[in-house]
Amino acid sequence: MTASSGAASRGPILRAGRWDATWLLWIAIIAILLVLVVSPFVYLVLTSFQAEKTGDFTLSNYATAYGRARYIDALFNSLQLGAWAALLAGVFAIPLAWGVARTDMPGRGLTRMLVLATFITPPYTGAVAWILLAGPNAGWLNRFYMFATGAEAGPFNIYSFAGLVVVIALYSFPYIFIFATAALELVSSEMEDAANILGAGTWRTMRRVTLPLALPAILGGLIICFLEAIALFASPAMIAIPARFNVVTTQLFQFFGNPVRVEVAAAYAMPLLGVTVLLILVQRLITSRKGFATLTGKGGERRPIRLGPWRWAMFGYAMFVASLSVFLPYIFLVQSSLAKAWGRGFSLDNLTLRNFNFVLFEHATAAQSVINSFLYAAAAATAAVLITLGIAYIVTRRLVPFAEVLGFLCVAPFVIPGVVLAIGFYAAYAPPPLSLYGTALILILAFTTRFLPIGYVNASAALRSLNPEMEEAVRVLGGSRVMALRRVVAPLLKRSLLGAWLLIFIPATRELSSAIFLYGPNTKVASVMIFDMSEEGNFEYLSALALILQLLTLPLLWIGQRALGRDFMLRRTAT
Amino acid sequence: MSKLVLKNVSRRYGAFEAVTDFSLELQKGEFVSLLGPSGCGKTTTLRMIAGFAPPSTGTIEMDGQQISAPSGVVPPERRRMSMIFQSYAIWPNMTVGENVGFGLQVRKMSRAEIDRRVDTILDVVQMRNLKGRYPSELSGGQQQRVALARAIVVEPEVLLLDEPLSNLDANLREEMRFEIRRLHDEFKITTVYVTHDQSEAMVTSDRIVVMNKGRIEQIDAPHVLYGRPRSRFVAGFIGRTNFLEGARNGNDVRFDGFTAPAGAVEGANGTGQLLYSLRPQAVGLTAQKPAGPGLAVEAEITDRAYLGEYWDYQARPLGGAKPIRVSTAPASVFEVGSHVWLEIDPAAMVRVE
Repeated sequence: MTASSGAASRGPILRAGRWDATWLLWIAIIAILLVLVVSPFVYLVLTSFQAEKTGDFTLSNYATAYGRARYIDALFNSLQLGAWAALLAGVFAIPLAWGVARTDMPGRGLTRMLVLATFITPPYTGAVAWILLAGPNAGWLNRFYMFATGAEAGPFNIYSFAGLVVVIALYSFPYIFIFATAALELVSSEMEDAANILGAGTWRTMRRVTLPLALPAILGGLIICFLEAIALFASPAMIAIPARFNVVTTQLFQFFGNPVRVEVAAAYAMPLLGVTVLLILVQRLITSRKGFATLTGKGGERRPIRLGPWRWAMFGYAMFVASLSVFLPYIFLVQSSLAKAWGRGFSLDNLTLRNFNFVLFEHATAAQSVINSFLYAAAAATAAVLITLGIAYIVTRRLVPFAEVLGFLCVAPFVIPGVVLAIGFYAAYAPPPLSLYGTALILILAFTTRFLPIGYVNASAALRSLNPEMEEAVRVLGGSRVMALRRVVAPLLKRSLLGAWLLIFIPATRELSSAIFLYGPNTKVASVMIFDMSEEGNFEYLSALALILQLLTLPLLWIGQRALGRDFMLRRTAT
Repeated sequence: MSKLVLKNVSRRYGAFEAVTDFSLELQKGEFVSLLGPSGCGKTTTLRMIAGFAPPSTGTIEMDGQQISAPSGVVPPERRRMSMIFQSYAIWPNMTVGENVGFGLQVRKMSRAEIDRRVDTILDVVQMRNLKGRYPSELSGGQQQRVALARAIVVEPEVLLLDEPLSNLDANLREEMRFEIRRLHDEFKITTVYVTHDQSEAMVTSDRIVVMNKGRIEQIDAPHVLYGRPRSRFVAGFIGRTNFLEGARNGNDVRFDGFTAPAGAVEGANGTGQLLYSLRPQAVGLTAQKPAGPGLAVEAEITDRAYLGEYWDYQARPLGGAKPIRVSTAPASVFEVGSHVWLEIDPAAMVRVE
């Protein structure tokens, strides 16, 4: 079988040349990245120095943005809010993480599940539930208190700084949990054994060995929590505004109200951006510090620590946290969604399906808003996965010089809070010639940019696990680079790409902070709809809509868990 | 005509030169190994032949046509070569049959023809019964055979192998060496084989290119490399050896602990440092003074190790400082400290640079 076919296929095949069609693809991807990341950021900065009508250089936007005491107060409120929320979230998350990762606490799987349930509850849904629970007078907790003690008034008031801290902490503690469990699961039992053999008991070992080893990761989680808290828009808008104080995001929203003062907003967004960039750098520095050998993954064997009777105390604490973040909120969301009037409580004659019917079939835009959310999220997730896969490929295979810059641009949106990103998009694409304001496209572009980092982290991890020789084998046998991508890379990355898609799609269906500045009359998404309903005080409709959104997420979660394992949303690569 | 010609090829990565001035001609059907320690540039050279990297200077020609130059390269997919990778690079999403048939599919053969050829080659590598399996269900050796079949079935102009056996265990590695040579004898494909294992190169190759620090040290047939190494590096890298430094003294050359007539040793009239390589197997070891024609040198055993197949002795010539390494049959036993005679054939001493 030698030579015969080799001779037949011989022809003018040997031509020198460096270009093939795939280069065009690479150039297109690079152009897309410029549109998605670079130009909104550049416009954000430029706009902050431009006069409103003329476009001349000016510093007056900054003078306006920082010219009043209450604007400055809002900045400090945000910092305080972030700090307290992160601390409280740490109090919720760290014991749970230790219990789940390192002890024989009962219900570890259940606890993980409940943290996941917390994680997929949008902050605004949680905030609404807590308005039902702890609103002054009418809130359920206050009513139970009054019923139990016979007092005239209940002690809880969600419309306060403390109330806002609790609500934010309750729905951001999963970030710390994710970081802390990842680190604690890598602390080897041998290190703890070494402390034990030198005479330290369980508690001292935990305090002196285990926790310090996990500390960098925990600090990293606290920082992420802090940033989440100061970037959040919905919860402060629902709680802080009635409580008559402002934070950065709500103040930005007011600059965006009639008339839109995008130049001032851009100037006012700078401290938020600066703090975020700075803290992300600090976080990277802390978590990448060398010397914490346990974080290398070669921890050796790990045995759960026996807590004895204390295991039930741990379990009790886990259930306490879960009841604050999941059980109580969902019980009363369901009650409210099925009630004619939520304040009339749990009686049969108060039960109705009218709210679901109204939201789904009668309300002018509610059903459409859910469809919009899913369409835009699907488009954004697809775009983000394709773009980041392309870029991760270019970077890992070093196809162009300075490919690392592309990778950096993909993860850069991580340091841009959603509201700030939205202002950048508004500044870049709302004015003519593009005039994208209020179109579906601007929302999809903004969502795509916002979730590029998740896509990139997942795509590059997947590609790094793929030996380049797999593709070289295709090429040496006569297949092109495109064929290698289609026949080998794509099939092998199917699962990871599906995972990345879901990790983008699920949060994108609830995204509010960037949508609120960019939606138009025909492009309202479900999160904006929920926010509007809360301003109107329609808690029954709102609960129904929020629950519909949650229910629609469950099948996606199920698919993700089938394809990628139970913890796919709670892994550290998710953020 | 030569099949593959590399002319003054070099490859730089920034300031670092991975391959320097590499020239080699392969005849059609020849099996040549690139042998050297890791980082010597052998894999870089192979990847330039495959077309994955352009040379910084120099050219590569196949069948008289230029396929690589600094100005441009024919991409790997148009070179009609094939390659076996260190990781095998068996695609886990395809069955054995699909893996092997891939290259034929790319060449747009009919389904029936592909099936026929895949079956034939799987018979050759004794994998026919595993055609429908996925790679994750195969052992390392079986994956290696799939990689071989996949590379050979397309009847490449040149076959490239990049350390193909380094991930196998020792027994399997030895078996696969002979397998690779057998396949070469059967199909006569011009082959370039990269390895850091000298016995692999010696079993498989017609000629071996020994490389060090990006440069060619010597190109020769295996027995010539072993018997007539030209440089200190080659002598030390291929097999074990003694390095003996000599100094000209009248009609003699003085070594550490013994003297040889200048007429008997190679290149004793030349200039420069007189450095010789003497294989441990070429030295005789006896209790009585040998009667043979070689130099008889009285010595003392300073150290020994038993390796089953041979004894490894260190014998220091009386009046010398450095011991000479000697290999003997397992039956010749000497205690440490005992007085012995070494028999050194001056003709076995090879002058190296």
